[in-house]
Amino acid sequence: MESLGVLLLHPMNAYLEQELDRRCRLHRFWEAPPGAPRDEFLRAHAGSIRAVVGNASYGADAALIDALPALEIVASFSVGIDRVDLAKCRERGIRVTNTPDVLTDDVADLAVGLAIAVLRRIPQADRYVRAGQWKAKGDYALTTRLSGKRVAILGLGRIGLAVAKRAEAFGCSISYHSRSEKPFPNYKFYANVVDLAANCDALIVACSLNAETYHIVNRDVINALGPEGVLINIGRGAHVDEPELVSALVEKRLGGAGVDVYENEPFAPEQLFGLDNVVLVPHVGSDTEETCRAMADLVLANLVAHASNKQIVTPVI
Amino acid sequence: MPPPATTASADDKPLVLLAQPLFVDFAAALEGRYRFAVLEDADEATAAEARVLLVPGLKEVTAELIGRLPALELVVATSVGLDHVDLDACRRRGLAVTNAGCAFSADSADYAVGLVIAVLRRIAAAEAYLRCGRWATDGEYPLASKVSGKRVGIVGLGRIGSLVARRLAAFGCPVAYHSRSPKPSSPYRFFPTVRALAADSDVLVLSCALTEETRRVVDREVMEALGKGGVLVNIGRGGLVDEPELVRCLREGVIGGAGLDVFENEPDVPAELFAMDNVVLSNHRAVLTPESIRGVLDIVSGNLEAFFAGRPLLSAVTL
Repeated sequence: MESLGVLLLHPMNAYLEQELDRRCRLHRFWEAPPGAPRDEFLRAHAGSIRAVVGNASYGADAALIDALPALEIVASFSVGIDRVDLAKCRERGIRVTNTPDVLTDDVADLAVGLAIAVLRRIPQADRYVRAGQWKAKGDYALTTRLSGKRVAILGLGRIGLAVAKRAEAFGCSISYHSRSEKPFPNYKFYANVVDLAANCDALIVACSLNAETYHIVNRDVINALGPEGVLINIGRGAHVDEPELVSALVEKRLGGAGVDVYENEPFAPEQLFGLDNVVLVPHVGSDTEETCRAMADLVLANLVAHASNKQIVTPVI
Repeated sequence: MPPPATTASADDKPLVLLAQPLFVDFAAALEGRYRFAVLEDADEATAAEARVLLVPGLKEVTAELIGRLPALELVVATSVGLDHVDLDACRRRGLAVTNAGCAFSADSADYAVGLVIAVLRRIAAAEAYLRCGRWATDGEYPLASKVSGKRVGIVGLGRIGSLVARRLAAFGCPVAYHSRSPKPSSPYRFFPTVRALAADSDVLVLSCALTEETRRVVDREVMEALGKGGVLVNIGRGGLVDEPELVRCLREGVIGGAGLDVFENEPDVPAELFAMDNVVLSNHRAVLTPESIRGVLDIVSGNLEAFFAGRPLLSAVTL
């Protein structure tokens, strides 16, 4: 692997970066600012770059792939690969890998944690106490129970199923929408996302982002979810029409939201900051020590396998 | 609307003495069925007549107080915890005591799990980071700690503790517990002491009653056993924990974090906790949902009805 030229697109994990530096010939893309310096960088190194490592926010798009004639493999430090131009990679015969399974638990944990946090207003309680208001005002408001509520999941893949398993332990009923019905007779399938939203108390986005699922949570879905419903997004910002989400929350047409992903990260809609019925976290879905270590090891394992002509561990293509 | 001290009419509605005024929801639910009198305003005749004392909230019921009520037979609490009631004195008098039964169990358990996830995954702290603009200026929020698979130790495997166990088991967490005695029907591993449980746990959840035996049961030794990656979640009573020692242990990194809904001297919260990112603080609200309130109203109402009709009580506690 020492001769493998790797382009790391952005700082993403110290351990991964250290290992890539130690074991490969590492180039750090962010050290060449866009414009002339980056063009110069690419001219100098493109011939030797055979691997690109990206993540949920930084991927190998068509322009980058075109600039790297020696590119053989794109390894993403994420499970979602909507930032990778898959069609272009297929065209060029470039392999693409992601990090499924190792992060399933973390993302599902966060989905349920966000649901409880929004419904029961846990971060809001924390702010209330830290601001000295328990002592000063001491008022008590009722919050919304999770147990026994109707939980709907958009996308019943690995993460969606892990969410369902956890929600069931709270006595929640499970419904879902996905491209096709799955063999889970205890979970109610809805072919139509608006119907799914109309018949649940909490809607959790857990599908992959592609052309069909862009803005899958739109105004109609949000209105169907309604003033008693909450939306939990642990997918991608682009799954949700964000301006619609904001106006629905501000106008109280939607009961609440727990959000981990945004259309324009690292920016979250500031109009929501004044609301008590939203919980906003900065894309921390798989951000634990344990999981990031496992994700990094999987990226490395894929690169090692490729470099030694062995079977790639978690190929997408 | 405050209940009248006594009603002047000659109706034969049963008398219910109140340890303090009723909350609005209770007053509405029980309206028209009983004569209410608030203890501190009651005259001697009323005090002498009262067979039932209803205790809204956590108003203290002392031996001295019940000593002033010669006809008393029943104390009706509106909470699950009874540490504000002198149970020894009740037992000596042969009184029955009822609590909220299972009305609060689901919401308490949900809240406990919410606190576990919030602390381990730094949900409140990460949100504060985002809300003050640091995601844009300072980059990614630091890595937190995985919840799934962590060893969970539950102190008190009663109605609430069992529901906490069921929920966290679905996260792949191995669950163990400590109780006054092992529960043979439980699938979880029993530890004879809290310290032994803590030594084998990554997360320690307190869901037991506060009694003389359990007061400050979480002390320095227990926290050292829980260890530097360990997280304490308390939805029981503040008195279960040596609070000054907890603050020291958090400051010194003896334990890794805490989720606290209850404190020794509410609403006072040790100010040192306000600066800590690995702590989630809450104002004793684990049970405050419409469903729990309706549930306790039903149980209180049901207990009063049963008592005056000579039927078995719904949620009598063994004294």
